[in-house]
Amino acid sequence: MTLHTKSLAALAAGLRAREFSSVELTRTLLARIEAHQPQLNALITVTGPSAMQAAAVADGVLARGGGGPLTGIPLVHKDIFCTEGVRTTCASRMLDNFVAPYDATVVAKLKAEGMIMLGKANMDEFAMGSSNETSYYGPVRNPWNPQLVPGGSSGGSAAAVAARLTPCASATDTGGSIRQPAALCGITGVKPTYGRVSRYGMIAFASSLDQGGTLTASAADAALLLRAMAGFDPRDSTSVDRPVPDYVAALQLPLSGMKIGLLKEFFEKGLDPANERCVREALAVYEKLGARLVEVSLPNLGLSVPAYYVVAPAECSSNLARFDGVRFGHRAKEPKDLMDLYKRSRGEGFGAEVKRRIMTGTYVLSAGYYDAYYLKAQKVRRLIANEFEQAFAQVDVVMGPTTPTPAFELGSKTSDPITMYLNDIYTIGANLAGLPAMSIPCGLVQNLPVGLQLIGRHFAEERLLSAAHAYQRETDWHTRVPAGYE
Amino acid sequence: MNNETWETVIGLEIHAQLATNSKIFSASPTAYGAPPNAQANLVDLGYPGVLPVLNQAAVSMAVKFGLAIAAEITPLSVFARKNYFYPDLPKGYQISQYELPIVARGHMDIVLEDGTLKRIGITRAHLEEDAGKSLHEGLGAFSGIDLNRAGTPLIEIVSEPDMRSAREAVAYLKKIHTLVRYLEICDGNMQEGSFRCDANVSVRRRGAEKLGTRAEIKNINSFRFVEKAIHYEVARQIDILESGGKVLQETRLYDPDKGETRSMRSKEEANDYRYFPDPDLLPVAVSEAFIAGIRATLPELPDEKAARFAAAFALSPYDAGVLTSSRELGDYFEAVVKLIPQDPKLAANWVMGELAAALNRDGIDIAASRLSPARVAGLLQRIADGTISGKIAKEVFEAMWASGSDADSVIAEKGLKQISDPAAIETAIDAVMAKSPGQLADYRAGKDKLFGYFVGQVMKATGGKANPAQLNELLKKKLAG
Repeated sequence: MTLHTKSLAALAAGLRAREFSSVELTRTLLARIEAHQPQLNALITVTGPSAMQAAAVADGVLARGGGGPLTGIPLVHKDIFCTEGVRTTCASRMLDNFVAPYDATVVAKLKAEGMIMLGKANMDEFAMGSSNETSYYGPVRNPWNPQLVPGGSSGGSAAAVAARLTPCASATDTGGSIRQPAALCGITGVKPTYGRVSRYGMIAFASSLDQGGTLTASAADAALLLRAMAGFDPRDSTSVDRPVPDYVAALQLPLSGMKIGLLKEFFEKGLDPANERCVREALAVYEKLGARLVEVSLPNLGLSVPAYYVVAPAECSSNLARFDGVRFGHRAKEPKDLMDLYKRSRGEGFGAEVKRRIMTGTYVLSAGYYDAYYLKAQKVRRLIANEFEQAFAQVDVVMGPTTPTPAFELGSKTSDPITMYLNDIYTIGANLAGLPAMSIPCGLVQNLPVGLQLIGRHFAEERLLSAAHAYQRETDWHTRVPAGYE
Repeated sequence: MNNETWETVIGLEIHAQLATNSKIFSASPTAYGAPPNAQANLVDLGYPGVLPVLNQAAVSMAVKFGLAIAAEITPLSVFARKNYFYPDLPKGYQISQYELPIVARGHMDIVLEDGTLKRIGITRAHLEEDAGKSLHEGLGAFSGIDLNRAGTPLIEIVSEPDMRSAREAVAYLKKIHTLVRYLEICDGNMQEGSFRCDANVSVRRRGAEKLGTRAEIKNINSFRFVEKAIHYEVARQIDILESGGKVLQETRLYDPDKGETRSMRSKEEANDYRYFPDPDLLPVAVSEAFIAGIRATLPELPDEKAARFAAAFALSPYDAGVLTSSRELGDYFEAVVKLIPQDPKLAANWVMGELAAALNRDGIDIAASRLSPARVAGLLQRIADGTISGKIAKEVFEAMWASGSDADSVIAEKGLKQISDPAAIETAIDAVMAKSPGQLADYRAGKDKLFGYFVGQVMKATGGKANPAQLNELLKKKLAG
């Protein structure tokens, strides 16, 4: 019985039919984590004992005929979500000793559903990175090839799902941090509309861009998980008070007649020809299913990377000011005065990429530079959002590649931040415009996964999920498991 | 200082703590005096992952203030982060408002010494959160942080540089103080820091167009200190300028013990606060309907009340101003007048005189006065109907104040009822005249001043109870022979 490759729906049905228990399922997955963690380094913290306890509780609930569609199903949380009593590190030395006294809303909601937390996933430090190499706890390796990166920042969550150490994982996406690792690991990643999922308890990187979402094998699994995760939270002023649709029911929405916009700028220079071929083949599948392909253009999309690397660092420079060694987190030993406490606590606690962004952000907000950088970037952001809006007047969904290339080698881009930043060129636009977007596997190039990106109108998650689901009924890329993890 | 040559220019930044039950972005209570950090939750502590949620009551109060100073209410105001590092600032930034404050372009009128009105412009009033406090005593080599105050809602009220003397500044500050208490948006307690101000002070040559370089004086927490700090600072700046120096733009701290200001930091050392819109909070939308709703809750404002008192009760502008300096005092006065409508001036004199003195002496607030308006009115009735004289009334008042009993009981108990029986007064006059033949002769010889002597003697003989008017009349007749 291969429990670890079952879909969420199949797991739920199996648990309910008593074919297996949550305790068995949890034990199986914990064993897989133990076996593969040395190779992958996908998790920072494994919560075996509490997972087994929670699984026993879930079994009790299920035995009494209670629970919901996710009761007893395990998951891992990206280590950016605060978990009461379990340390939350954000993959930073700064928070190596930090145990949150509360659960993030996402964590609390999924706990209330009866889900079982197996552990906390590795990530880029404070979610800043595209390769999971900035983690204080060391890089995560791609299950498809351990010499390659899994993508980032949600690299641990993505590798764990791809290696079937967990059926699903929470993640966050500020500039592509769900979709890019989903693409590089061959799984399904959903970044919902900004405001759809509560940010309360999600340690902030760039507040106006951060959005929690899902990493799963399939769109059907994502629908189940997202339905439980999404919703208005009075504790997050930027969450939107709007009912959560039944994403699972929406999977069946018909595809025929759907207009798909091919973003011209996504297919221009920089796109690996093999990636392009996979993406075009996927588009052909959609055409076959009755969708119409239309070319659309976002002339200013090229400005999204520079705009993003002004706005995100600006917000991060302020968001990370609270890590000062005074109340929590890393505190320098024997500070000689206040300034020494600040400088050394932060100097020792933060890694190089975090420092780079704090410095960039501080610079762009400084007197005399604010207008030229921050304000200009906000204008560009508005411009890109407007261009997306115009595109969505013509089409229902925009599609294109998620990344320019498949997974790259560990260490190959760490010396050049700009090359690394350009890896997010296709994903950043959706964050700047607050749009929902997802990545689904659409092929293999030299046995490495390629991702197809789908971007929708605000709150059009149903449309995206149904389009992805329609594709996944026709193809089996999403069922491919990397060798050694079957 | 040489006021012929130099003109003082003052602008005030007033911080008023809003009287909400909970903090501006968290559910922690705002009550004063709790043990350190007993009123600081995860939001106040700036914990990783937590988010601010705006307290609507703070918005209502800010709008109320804006309407009361005839200001524009910004339909979509924006919270911004003011970034700087300090241990009592948990997030490393203060949530404030910068480019788009909720209240803009209002004004407040003050009365100058010559009785004319002067309009002081109010540039803006914005919402922000307070910081915590650093504690430096009793902790050895360490400093402690108390975050009870962190996140307490404030409005910062920024005036135009329209004031030209310390006295004007104090008058303006007092009027704002009165207003926020009328509106019940701030308790006005300066000792506890609920109401405090910074003063921007500069001097320039009379007639000069350009403003001089200003110093910002911080930490002024009483009306008296405002006046003293400004006087000190003006003299300091004039000294510098007259000796050919240049005033530096800097932040100075007022030291009330030494009565001086001293430099905290210069312009070069000033923080670059790197303001930017707070992405955790949506712009604050204030609709016309919301404004109308708040407008409907506005009480009669101090200036309106003073004008009404002056007109309805024939009071001087000064008296009307004093009687409306707090809502409670105005209410008290009106309650007294209602019971003795025939003599509002008498009511005004007693409320501002004996009553205010007694309250002040015992450190009691008018709202907690030992004598109700009815008791005071009861006393005034006895003056008005001639039962007692004004002088006796003071004695009665003191007895009432001590015992809390009513005027009639005190008058009866102490036998202070005025003697208005002409026969009884005449008897007393006769006795005095008989005892003072010399004085009588002198008076009749033209020494009019001795009239007072006879009044005093009769009053003494009657225990001060003789009806003064009657006594006057009868005495004149009798002395004339």
